[in-house]
Amino acid sequence: MSGRVLVGVKRVIDYAVKIRVKPDNTGVVTDGVKHSMNPFCEIAVEEAVKLKEKKLIKEVVAVSCGPQQSQETIRTALAMGADRGIHVDVSGKDYENLGPLQVSKILAALAKQEDAQLILLGKQAIDDDCNQTGQMTAALLDWPQGTFASEVSLEGDKINLVREIDGGLEHIKINTPAVITADLRLNTPRYATLPNIMDSLMNNETELHKPNHRTSLCVGLIPLFETVAPEDMQGGTDRSGAMLRHTVLQSGLGLHTRSLVVFSIGIGKNKTKLGTV
Amino acid sequence: IILYDIRCFSVRAVSVFNVLRSLSAASHGLTDEQKEFQKVAFDFAANEMAPHMAEWDQKEIFPVETMRKAAQLGFGGIYVQPDVGGSGLSRLDTSIIFEALSTGCVSTTAYISIHNMCAWMIDSYGNKEQREKFCPDLCSMEKFASYCLTEPGSGSDAASLLTSAQRKGDHYILNGSKAFISGGGDTDVYVVMCRTGGKGPKGISFGKKEKKVGWNSQPTRAVIFEDCAVPVANRLGEEGQGFNIAMKGLNGGRINIASCSLGAAHASVQLARDHLLVRKQFGETLSNNQFLQFKLAEMATKLVASRLLIREAAQALQEDRPDAVAICSMAKLFATDECFNICNQALQMHGGYGYLKDYAVQQFVRDIRVHQILEGTNEVMRMIISRNLLSES
Repeated sequence: MSGRVLVGVKRVIDYAVKIRVKPDNTGVVTDGVKHSMNPFCEIAVEEAVKLKEKKLIKEVVAVSCGPQQSQETIRTALAMGADRGIHVDVSGKDYENLGPLQVSKILAALAKQEDAQLILLGKQAIDDDCNQTGQMTAALLDWPQGTFASEVSLEGDKINLVREIDGGLEHIKINTPAVITADLRLNTPRYATLPNIMDSLMNNETELHKPNHRTSLCVGLIPLFETVAPEDMQGGTDRSGAMLRHTVLQSGLGLHTRSLVVFSIGIGKNKTKLGTV
Repeated sequence: IILYDIRCFSVRAVSVFNVLRSLSAASHGLTDEQKEFQKVAFDFAANEMAPHMAEWDQKEIFPVETMRKAAQLGFGGIYVQPDVGGSGLSRLDTSIIFEALSTGCVSTTAYISIHNMCAWMIDSYGNKEQREKFCPDLCSMEKFASYCLTEPGSGSDAASLLTSAQRKGDHYILNGSKAFISGGGDTDVYVVMCRTGGKGPKGISFGKKEKKVGWNSQPTRAVIFEDCAVPVANRLGEEGQGFNIAMKGLNGGRINIASCSLGAAHASVQLARDHLLVRKQFGETLSNNQFLQFKLAEMATKLVASRLLIREAAQALQEDRPDAVAICSMAKLFATDECFNICNQALQMHGGYGYLKDYAVQQFVRDIRVHQILEGTNEVMRMIISRNLLSES
């Protein structure tokens, strides 16, 4: 057992910022906007550091996938007590297409490379609210997963976990190596102290990885979907809306709380485009 | 972002103070390290101080536990050497930290800055024994400090102080009294400026706790010495060096107090801005009113100007430049005056609501009003600057 924990930290727009949509409608404004570490990732880092302080694990490695600025997020993790940082450099178009599946592949590859015993992630990111990365990473590695953890305790080579689920609290015991995702009540993240900030920045242990680099991770970042606007339609009667709704209800397509079905209905002839996000 | 997530974060106080883009000139030009310091200080201010600032003011609570938490992060001896427990940072780092903390509570941050000044004086001018005896406890805020210079009869004219210290064997016997001592009566270590040679009665006692317009989260009392015996081993530096040490302490203290004014002004501009975007009169939000737009622009401009001058002064002091004393005085003079005006105008923009204690802006105004008076009145600042200018020829 290497005693090494990989903690994924994501750089997101700060939760207190008022989000604005870009003028070209392709996304939200991120330039010059305050970013910080995803709050659930902070909780994951705190848990990892606590495990290290209890001497249950040996090393905490913070990982972030994204452009150059992701190094700020790694820095914050180091200041909180992580030992090392790995920055997987993903920029430009690749970054726009970076989603849970791609990140999971990267994390899975890194976990093998680093011989990690545990992967700690936040349950979801506050920008896309996907809540998928932890689960996908576990599946790719064929590791057990403990998601929405509100309590974690290590017992030998097993982990006792309390999960917050719809029905209340679930107690499970899983083997290591495993993936755990942190929920809100797992802990209260510490403030970085001035000495820690100085130490972490002096040591500056951040490796740089490129995902397609041959000697490195060999992860392909293929975009999964593309957003297009419907073509402009000519005028006409708006019958298609009612018809479409009727068809949907008939087909029994339920609307789950976690999926969003987006309809883009053109007024007029039978030109509708259906996109599922 | 789905709404339920925002409710989840009600556990942590929402920090709006570090969000405004144009005023994030607060982090422009800073090193990565300084940005991290600033982030910690802003977070601490928003989560640990801002929610209590009104209560500390109204109930006159000296928030010992919160200050000790701050000390755990390294804020107890920011520019004290690490070998005695300090954080060993620069004057500029310090200014950035106090500016950020001040957005949470000016009065408490101002006291923390006074405490830091005392710890630094012992660190810089004390001998090995004194440093090891006093600094670690001060840096952890196990003990709190007060700076005692002003007397009932000597404020601006500090050199005319009367508190005497008469040598008797291996003790000095102190007689006299100090006025307006921040923390007086609740603190443990008193750095006292006194005149060696004198006469006197018994011990140290305190006057009544003063009732102030602001700065209510720290007690202010007269400190009275009657035949108070202080070991010679506690004398910082040489006999006769005291005035010099006191003034050197004040240079840094002036930057710190100015930084506290800056934090308050920064917070007030954000509050005013948010209010203008929400409050409607004559059928539209106040933010559409050109006079208020221009007023806000002027406030922001003066804020950034104050910030730049303070940071320049911090650099000058750090590098021990020949103009350091003058520029520290300029920074204190300009920033405390301008920031008070900014906070005052922010209050005005709130209309009647600004006058209610339910709104934070009035506390910022009350708390920073005294910054134009203490650590050297702004009139004395003008004396120092003009003396500097006129002596050059």
